[in-house]
Amino acid sequence: MVKLKSRHLLGLQGMAKDEINLILDTTDTFLEILQRPIKRVPTLRGVTIVNLFYEASTRTRISFELAEKRLSAETVNFSADASSVKKGETLKDTVKNLEAMKIDMVVIRHRYSGAPHFLTNFLNAAVINAGDGTHEHPTQALLDMYTIRKKYGKISGLKVVIIGDILHSRVARSNIWGLKTMGAKVSVCGPTTLLPFEIEKMGVKVYSNLNEALQGADVVMALRIQLERQQSCYLPTLREYSHRFGITKERLSLLNDNFTIMHPGPMNRGVEISPEVADGPYSVILDQVTNGVAVRMAILYLLSGGEGKVE
Amino acid sequence: MNKLKASPKKITPTLTQKSALIIAGGRVIDPASGLNKVADIYVQDGKIVKIETQKLISQKKVSSSNGEIIPAWDKIVTPGLIDMHVHLREPGREDEETIVSGSEAGVAGGFTSLCCMPNTHPPLDNQEAVKFVYDRARLAPGRVFCVAAVTKGQKGEELTEIGELVDAGAVAITDDGKPVSNSEVMRRALEYTKMFDIPVIDHCEDLTLSKEGVMHESFTSTVSGLKGIPALAEEIMVARNIKLAAYTGGRVHIAHLSTAGSVELVREAKKKKIKVTCEVTPHHFTLNEELIASYDTNLKMNPPLRSKKDILAIKAGLKDGTIDCIATDHAPHSIEEKDVEFDLAPFGIIGLETALGLVVTELIEPGILSWSDAVAKMTVNPAKILKLNLGQIKIGFPADITIIDPKQNWTVDVSAFKSKSKNSPFGGRKLKGKVVCTIVNGKVVYSS
Repeated sequence: MVKLKSRHLLGLQGMAKDEINLILDTTDTFLEILQRPIKRVPTLRGVTIVNLFYEASTRTRISFELAEKRLSAETVNFSADASSVKKGETLKDTVKNLEAMKIDMVVIRHRYSGAPHFLTNFLNAAVINAGDGTHEHPTQALLDMYTIRKKYGKISGLKVVIIGDILHSRVARSNIWGLKTMGAKVSVCGPTTLLPFEIEKMGVKVYSNLNEALQGADVVMALRIQLERQQSCYLPTLREYSHRFGITKERLSLLNDNFTIMHPGPMNRGVEISPEVADGPYSVILDQVTNGVAVRMAILYLLSGGEGKVE
Repeated sequence: MNKLKASPKKITPTLTQKSALIIAGGRVIDPASGLNKVADIYVQDGKIVKIETQKLISQKKVSSSNGEIIPAWDKIVTPGLIDMHVHLREPGREDEETIVSGSEAGVAGGFTSLCCMPNTHPPLDNQEAVKFVYDRARLAPGRVFCVAAVTKGQKGEELTEIGELVDAGAVAITDDGKPVSNSEVMRRALEYTKMFDIPVIDHCEDLTLSKEGVMHESFTSTVSGLKGIPALAEEIMVARNIKLAAYTGGRVHIAHLSTAGSVELVREAKKKKIKVTCEVTPHHFTLNEELIASYDTNLKMNPPLRSKKDILAIKAGLKDGTIDCIATDHAPHSIEEKDVEFDLAPFGIIGLETALGLVVTELIEPGILSWSDAVAKMTVNPAKILKLNLGQIKIGFPADITIIDPKQNWTVDVSAFKSKSKNSPFGGRKLKGKVVCTIVNGKVVYSS
């Protein structure tokens, strides 16, 4: 019986293929549950989960919350601006206080890389990384991989191109680890200022010419580009970025037949992706969101001790 | 050393010892004279009065009419170690370290002299502050020398009253913790200090290149999502300082050098007889940046841990003499300050009580440095740079002596540290070579 090796989900670096397959297979079950009129199962009844969001998030936070509710877990939400953080309490103290109130799992989103790892130093509860700094965002990558697998029936052998601000992207890092483990051919493409140091050592091809990167690709993942990159000299203007790295309808002809367009959201329509591409028939951007809930249900279930089959 | 200008007041706190000592039977390593043989050292009134290599005291003899015998058989006896780069946090953060507690940690690590950096709160940028340090140091078991600020408030804008600071006992000036970013200010500091023949110590960091960085820029920083500090943030400033030293004729000392490129720059500058000296910390020749994948905040310091390639270059620089000194950059921080997210933790680790063990284990045992060369980098070399009348086992010199058991294997126990802070990445590490006795001005101030 395959089981997850760690009781935490901190990242996809080092996660084995059979573990990823276990999560994706379990997701199938939960996606089926989400199609039912009553989308709620008693699986995590009595389990208390804290959603600890130290950074603004709409999609991921709601997705986790829905996943928890549909598993009948008790959930508590904590967001940084409405809390004792403003009174200067440290992350450690905050979390230790929460644990004193008997919690079983912590879902954490934090602006600093390694914050979830830091929690595991002193916390008995299971820790799920919902995005830490520019390090990893494993549940996003798992839902991306699930979405790819659902469409193609496989991940292995597909050519996936991740485009944009790779330097600051935790989504890119988690996807690279996961997709490489699953046998995909992964490339990254972005302005040379936004490609991290020695990124090629992660086993990816590196491009700064979008047309070359798109040639023969199956899956295109556009990343959000942030306005502040302009102020810190990573980019001259968003206009120039959009011109060189925006996914436009014209560029789609470079891709393989049956290609797929993905975006982890939130999108800057007309900057990294043109509206018609975002809404085109090949776009799975909303499927990603739907699958996100099911993937997170699977992860919560497996980390709380479930073993593949949902009762 | 032709200018032994250190005043008796400066190097002799209130430690004058009337009684006599004999440090008997140890292998005496004095790099300045080249002495490296078994000898008995006779100490009288705090000074070395005789170095006897012929008529040695028998190991069976437990007392002597000439004074108390300190047994050093099978041990190595060196000049008292000098750490030219420590942060003692007083005034301002006495919860983390004080001049006295730092000196206690120092003597436990074999250091008879410490040079404290001026980035205290408030900074040591005026004569009264320097006098305060020497006043507090009178209660310390070892000697403490003050390195004062280059600029007022360490703001990098206007020079401090360097002459007054020197008169009060400052042995060098620096804005350590920060670089002197303004090249004009650095130029004037190097020119002005020529009047006093003291070095300007610079923490070399181009702050625009290191902005928000928390570790070495590398594949590890890419994978861990931590902002990198490229090696060139240091090297650009090392290169600038070398150019300024060459142009002004002033003396620049590069603090905690950490990259292969910096080693090469200093090596080339020395060939051209430019007045540049430098130091390296034990952690920069022991630990590499790949360890930071664990997000352990006790691996966060500035300059950051560098690559394996940089470590090799540092070892080569130590071996060929490019690197003059080994200094700890002892930087105490409270547990609370370090027990946070990696980005939020302050830079710095303590090092006084692990330095010698790391030097023996990482440099002497593998044959990178001889005992004599290693000891030189912790005694006579910093003494020469700072013009201290110390760092030698020589008749007439103050009896500052460190006795080391070179064979002793031990495990670092952070909880046993004398330092008020415990922020060391070396807890649990097995080391070889331990200080067994430290003597300052003829008085035993530490004995294990």
